[in-house]
Amino acid sequence: MRSPHKLSVALAAAATLMLAACSGSGGDASANGPVTLTWWHNRTTEPMKSIWQGIADDFHKAHPDVSFTVEPLQNEQFQTKVPLALQGNTPPDIFQQWGGGSLVSQLSSGKIADITQASSSWIGPLGQAAQGWQSGGKQYGVPYQMHAVGFWYRKDLFATAGVTSPPSTLDELNAAVAKLKTANLVPIAVGGKDRWPDAFYFNYFAIRQCSVDSLKTAVEKKDFSDPCFTKAGENLKAFLDTKPFQDGFVGTPAQQGAGSSAGMLANGKAAMELQGDWNPDVMQSLSEDKDLDSKIGWFPFPAVPGGQGDPNSVLGGGDGFSCTTRAAKACADFLGHLVSEDVQKKLAATGSGLPVHPAAVASLKTETHKKISEYVSKAPHLQFYFDIAMPTNVGQALNDAIANFFAGQGGPDTIVKSVSQAAAGNK
Amino acid sequence: MSTATRSRPLTAPSPHAPAAGGARRRSRTRTRLELALLLGPGLVLFTAFVLIPIGVAAYYSLYSWNGFGPLTEFVGLGNYVDAFSGDVFQSAIGHNLIIVVLSIVVQLPLSIGLALLLNRRLRGRTFLRMVVFAPYVLSEAVTAVIWLLILQPGGFIDELLRGAGLGFLVRQWLADPKIVLYTLFVVITWKYIGFGVILLLAGLQGIPAELREAAALDGASGWQATRHVVLPLLGPTIRVWIFLSVIGSLQLFDLVWIMTLGGPANASATMVSYLTDHGFKRYEFGFGSAVAVILFIICFTFALLYQRFALRRDTEGALTRAVS
Repeated sequence: MRSPHKLSVALAAAATLMLAACSGSGGDASANGPVTLTWWHNRTTEPMKSIWQGIADDFHKAHPDVSFTVEPLQNEQFQTKVPLALQGNTPPDIFQQWGGGSLVSQLSSGKIADITQASSSWIGPLGQAAQGWQSGGKQYGVPYQMHAVGFWYRKDLFATAGVTSPPSTLDELNAAVAKLKTANLVPIAVGGKDRWPDAFYFNYFAIRQCSVDSLKTAVEKKDFSDPCFTKAGENLKAFLDTKPFQDGFVGTPAQQGAGSSAGMLANGKAAMELQGDWNPDVMQSLSEDKDLDSKIGWFPFPAVPGGQGDPNSVLGGGDGFSCTTRAAKACADFLGHLVSEDVQKKLAATGSGLPVHPAAVASLKTETHKKISEYVSKAPHLQFYFDIAMPTNVGQALNDAIANFFAGQGGPDTIVKSVSQAAAGNK
Repeated sequence: MSTATRSRPLTAPSPHAPAAGGARRRSRTRTRLELALLLGPGLVLFTAFVLIPIGVAAYYSLYSWNGFGPLTEFVGLGNYVDAFSGDVFQSAIGHNLIIVVLSIVVQLPLSIGLALLLNRRLRGRTFLRMVVFAPYVLSEAVTAVIWLLILQPGGFIDELLRGAGLGFLVRQWLADPKIVLYTLFVVITWKYIGFGVILLLAGLQGIPAELREAAALDGASGWQATRHVVLPLLGPTIRVWIFLSVIGSLQLFDLVWIMTLGGPANASATMVSYLTDHGFKRYEFGFGSAVAVILFIICFTFALLYQRFALRRDTEGALTRAVS
């Protein structure tokens, strides 16, 4: 009974945590006095692991009252560890937070600190980036870097196929796909196995089709019944019908191995991929090509004719942190430090994401990232990934419906319905 | 074999048999102490990490709960109704059953054949045994990653087929919803065949060569001796293998999760991948617990029935009767 076991162990751990909670611990550290912050972040590998540790050490030097216990955790562990920790009485003081609906789900634990007041003095420069970590007008966390999705492409393969400039409209994209196919190249790679890369397409077609108001209402009410979403699904269908992807794309992983979608792009086996700004790092790890950066370009998701959405709106999200209530003041001060200009410049130089502080854009590693960052800062609307923006169960149900659609099951109406059905508690 | 067991004198005098009554009483206390000492830690761990969590999961399964905050939304058996009425869970159960049936129909004869072959004197037998057994030593995660590479489009298998002039057989092994489950089954077979073979080889070692010889003297052909002498005597081993195989098939997860995540379009979803998808990925811990309880009940019921009806003869005396 191996697998129920795993769940059992998790549940037992939860029970233990609850017991531990009853025995009482710590005490309120929000008053002034020395405090040790436990910090859970997801950077288990270098160089970021040391950079976070260094930032914590620096902060401790400037504020001797605040010390840190830094605990890097595997990204996937947050899914299970955070709910367990928030059920107990000793959650981490600072932990990785992607905002949106999962943040809202966590609020019912009563352990997430409202840092609206504490952040008011420094949150200004973040602009709309900070919105994803708000709920009901209150700030429950802060992003330290943003992400944006767009098309990554191979300049060499575009040249081979005779595509002279990156497509800026859907028609141009379709034309590029046709040309690449004629040249016997795979136009676009997509990591359909992982489902979320499929979702990027539906998300973007919806962003181009729907007005900002419709998007906001739909996400807030978890109801995609506005006809623009069905139209977005139809546009997606028409696009899929051009067969732009590699063979067997529903079984392709996004980031693992040279056969993944990122690997295909990195090794010149495909010409484009709709992916986040993190893609160059992923590609570099899957390729021997030391000169990869110069061969790769970026362009935004093209404009879709007849849509209500602004062609400059961008799909993205971000990485951030939330504070729990025990040491909220010290934690908030530390988050303020993370988004300060100096630290932001340091983070931007690593190239792991787009800075939230505009002054740090110049420190980005590559010209392409500077271009993306500029595009994001000018975007009239930054749409959070739907799956993160909505509660987790609704977001995943939507992603599953989109992935099924990519695999030939269901239609635009199934995608639209999946949202309201999941929101109504149907499985 | 059972006859041999039964004919053993049950009251064989132990060399250390206590002589006096006082000593016997003391020995009884000692036995109890020994039992408590030996079983105690195991029982405590088993209770803390198996029994209580099962109970807790059953309790959670009655609530709609996203893992945060108190359990407030009592839904009774609603989660169970939702699970059984969902297409995806139904097909997941179906996929598990397909794997169960395929395992018995394909893997069992294959294991028996290989075991018979490897039980004969032939050149390089030890090496061949090792080759067959080697995949079993790999972890499921490693197996999954290896096969993911082998099966990727244009990968080893595709090139092998094309090289052999069988290019028309090339399929989208992991991307075609009609094929993916059977692809996974081939990988499962590759991984677990060695275990079956070793188990059956051990069983074959227990069959005295005299029986075969006697059958041969009576004029039985090689096949007849195998069919009527060896196979029936392998019965207990085969029954144990079936038991382990069914339980393993019902809980199939690691390979599936790494190779396909249950996709495409749930074509390779199993009960446990469905559980993980909903419990952890969707933060529906109440619902996930309900699925876990369903899986537990299915496995437990099967185990009890199988023990009662199929394994009874084999375990009689060892499990069903108190050993004095």
